[in-house]
Amino acid sequence: MHWDYSYFMELFLGGLAKGSIYALIALGYTMVYGIIELINFAHGDIYMIGAFTALIVASVLTMLAWNKLAILVIATLAAVVYASAYGWTAEKIAYKPLRNAPRLSPLISAIGVSLFLENYVLLAQTSDFLPFPSLIPDFKWWEPYAYMISSQQLMIIIVTAVVMVLLTILIKFTRTGKAMRATAQDMSMAILVGIDVDRVISITFIIGSATAALGGVLIGSSMGQINFYIGFIAGIKAFVAAVLGGIGSIPGAVLGGLVLGWTESFFTGYISSDYEDVFAFVFLVLILIFRPGGILGRSQTQKV
Amino acid sequence: MITIEEIKRSFLAALWFVFLTFPIMVIRVNTIENTIEWRFHNAVIIGVSIFFLSFLWRYLMRRKEQGAKALQQGATPKPTLTEYFFQDRRFYIPGLTAAAVFFAVFPFVFSIYQVNIMSNALIYVMLGLGLNIVVGLAGLLDLGYVAFYAIGAYSYALLNLHYGVGFWLALPIAAVLAASAGVLLGFPVLRLRGDYLAIVTLGFGEIIRLILENWNSFSHGPSGIANIPQPSFFGLHLSLEGNTSAVYFLLVALSLMTIFFVNRLRHSRIGRAWLALREDEVACQAMGIDRTKTKLTAFALGATWAGMAGVVFAAKTTFINPASFTIWESIIILCIVVLGGMGSVVGVITGAMVLILMPEYMRAFEQYRMLIFGGVLILMMIFRPHGIITAVRKKYTFEGLEAEGGAPGLGAPAPAAGLETRSESN
Repeated sequence: MHWDYSYFMELFLGGLAKGSIYALIALGYTMVYGIIELINFAHGDIYMIGAFTALIVASVLTMLAWNKLAILVIATLAAVVYASAYGWTAEKIAYKPLRNAPRLSPLISAIGVSLFLENYVLLAQTSDFLPFPSLIPDFKWWEPYAYMISSQQLMIIIVTAVVMVLLTILIKFTRTGKAMRATAQDMSMAILVGIDVDRVISITFIIGSATAALGGVLIGSSMGQINFYIGFIAGIKAFVAAVLGGIGSIPGAVLGGLVLGWTESFFTGYISSDYEDVFAFVFLVLILIFRPGGILGRSQTQKV
Repeated sequence: MITIEEIKRSFLAALWFVFLTFPIMVIRVNTIENTIEWRFHNAVIIGVSIFFLSFLWRYLMRRKEQGAKALQQGATPKPTLTEYFFQDRRFYIPGLTAAAVFFAVFPFVFSIYQVNIMSNALIYVMLGLGLNIVVGLAGLLDLGYVAFYAIGAYSYALLNLHYGVGFWLALPIAAVLAASAGVLLGFPVLRLRGDYLAIVTLGFGEIIRLILENWNSFSHGPSGIANIPQPSFFGLHLSLEGNTSAVYFLLVALSLMTIFFVNRLRHSRIGRAWLALREDEVACQAMGIDRTKTKLTAFALGATWAGMAGVVFAAKTTFINPASFTIWESIIILCIVVLGGMGSVVGVITGAMVLILMPEYMRAFEQYRMLIFGGVLILMMIFRPHGIITAVRKKYTFEGLEAEGGAPGLGAPAPAAGLETRSESN
């Protein structure tokens, strides 16, 4: 087989875009896990809620014949606001009362939230795939390169990069970020030094849900269709990405997302597309066995 | 008492939920005909129901807090109704007899349709009891339990297809295969903490399903395997009705066997090791319990029942395909264990009966089934983490200690008793 450079680039950039989406969702996982050590099972469904909200708002505005740019901005804002609101509410109802419960309890509760949200959208909307309006236009200046990667995918990569930089700044340099790091290190100590831990946790959920919603809008516009079930596989893969990079670490989540995106892309491009989803799971098992701390994470010892 | 403050809070909660559910509940867009359907009545329903539910929610929360406070102040928890029931022979002997009679005459009283449904529920009883070993006793959250069920079903189907293996031989073979799969899954995940374990087992379940779906030459892919023979009973040729009852009695027998084994296991050395592992892994190791062996036996024994249930399922429906073994199936079984009461045998049986029979008899609720399951998982975790029927922990007392006149509180309790005498409280 001769080496096809443009095919390689197509797979590389496709994997980059795919990985960026995983990274956007993984950010929420990693932040929540970093702070309350909960695998937020419902995170993928928050992403789905974001995508659905954007779809509904955008469709309504399209029928009212609004300006394209205005639709993009308003739909994205609505998605972010609603996903954050759902994330916040889920935390208040399903996780907060269980803060001192045994470890498995909030996890089971999170599975409940996930199941509930999926079926709520299924019942209130539809089980069919809905066409997602193309919110992101095809850029003129990108045309020469569009054969390798669409402008929607380009947008995904840019947004992910920006979000990651902003989050890093937020966590490293702001007061809230400091409070978050303190809570992640030791929650009872953080309470003792006067940090409002409940507020910090709420903020974490809101930020995580907002980034997931951005992911939802972007994937919707690039894939062109969504249904109530998109959150499940996306959530699992984002979790794999978060673990791969080292759960709790923000650059780790992005790196993990990209590595997963590339491996999947190359695997399906060069070997076989039948087992695309199996691949992520096998990957997860292998990482957890050989490097449970992830690429950028430190291995943790269990505290008594 | 309902104060103005309470009403204000409920009102705000109602407003918040109306806002929250607005786009998804109220607007429905038809993108093909370009029309929008506004369903404002949904917003009203949500507002009103949340207004009242929030009173109930706060009341339940207050009760929960009071309960926790009372426990902290040293009040002993009242024996629950079930504890009471199972400690008094006057109650449980007639109760069990009634249940036995009910199950024995069931197929002679009710129609074939009802018997079928009941057989279904019994399969879930087996699955629930199997998962109960892993989740309820050993405290390992297994979200890929359905994989072992699939392994059981496919073992029978494929062995029968290629080698003509009959039901009765396939039953133990599938049990062994499923147990081996359990050990195989157990090995790599042994070192993982609870929540990672959940994701890896979920991944395992999906891997098995995707392999069954994609590996056409092995498993016949999504179209599945048809014409799986029903179990034969002593070479008898049974009518459809007779066969349904026969399968039903087979399931009753298997369930009884499961109940017997799980009960014996629970109070055995390995069962107590599981409970200790669930409570505190580090302390458990310090007590000299082999963590690897204990976890692997939990996985293997849990999987065994799923494997056998799978064989019966394949024989009962005579057709299987990968669609029967999705993650939802795992979650339904988990719901059974959580709702019924983790670790409690009676609880799991109750859970299976409630969750499998209720949707059958209340068809109107069918489509809301998974929505309700989700809600049940959340509410049970918050308000009744031990399930409908709390597992009664066997208490061990030292007769020798009392005979010597030593008061129970005097001196350090012997280490073997120290682990078990503590009653379940958290």
